[in-house]
Amino acid sequence: MDNLAFIRDTMEAAGAFTAVSGWGMVAVGIIATIAAVIANAQHSVLGSIYVWMAAAVLAPCVMLWAIVRKARRAHVPLLSGPGRKFILSFSPPMLVGALLTVVLYRAGVVEAIPGMWLLLYGTGVVAGGAFSVRVVPVMGICFMLAGTLALFTPATWNDWIMASAFGGLHIAFGIPIARRHGG
Amino acid sequence: MRGDAIDRLIHERLRLGIVSALAVNDSLSFSDLKKLMKTTDGNLSVHARKLEEAEYITCTKSFEGRMPKTEYRLTATGRRALERYLDHMEALIRATRER
Repeated sequence: MDNLAFIRDTMEAAGAFTAVSGWGMVAVGIIATIAAVIANAQHSVLGSIYVWMAAAVLAPCVMLWAIVRKARRAHVPLLSGPGRKFILSFSPPMLVGALLTVVLYRAGVVEAIPGMWLLLYGTGVVAGGAFSVRVVPVMGICFMLAGTLALFTPATWNDWIMASAFGGLHIAFGIPIARRHGG
Repeated sequence: MRGDAIDRLIHERLRLGIVSALAVNDSLSFSDLKKLMKTTDGNLSVHARKLEEAEYITCTKSFEGRMPKTEYRLTATGRRALERYLDHMEALIRATRER
């Protein structure tokens, strides 16, 4: 019985190496890059925010699909130790981000929304990444830096910062994760 | 090895850990395994060598820049051995409960 618990614990701890899908991140990066091109063609900040909101609905669905696929391929339960810890740490900043989006939208401070998204997404990745490979929290810090930049630069820069972060960072970090950590 | 005998090779705690960790990863480096198992270089080398000799795992040595890198993978034989070991443990638990 003790040995079975040891096997489960070892697999859960080692599972941190596989919990995040690198290819899912690449797919999210591509979605974000396409969103950035469309958002940049909009004539108002509000218009581009709508484009990013649509991407924000699509991207998590693609990511979830990629994570489920990876977990099945590795024969590990989706909600095993590290996976469960990642979701529990990553979700609160995402919920706060959704609520603050409504608040800032109602207050007419839409220019601050991209920076806030990047900061909170980065916070979630850093917190969740504590249970994953070292490269994941490093990516989270990069998102937080991008968020800080977006908050203190002109709103016209937002689409480019969002493209570099949600597009570029996901692709740049996703490829090595996919290659080194099983997909 | 007899079908009803426990596989002593992976029954040992560190070797069982190595095989379990590799079962949920395509490959793991020597330093990943060392951190995961919280063991010393020498201890890990000795036990990994035993698993390698039994063809439960494979070892690939390469260079990342100037740094040597050792990577381990679980073989089909190793995966079958772990599955057999798990079946054996489950059977033992069932037998104990039925008593």
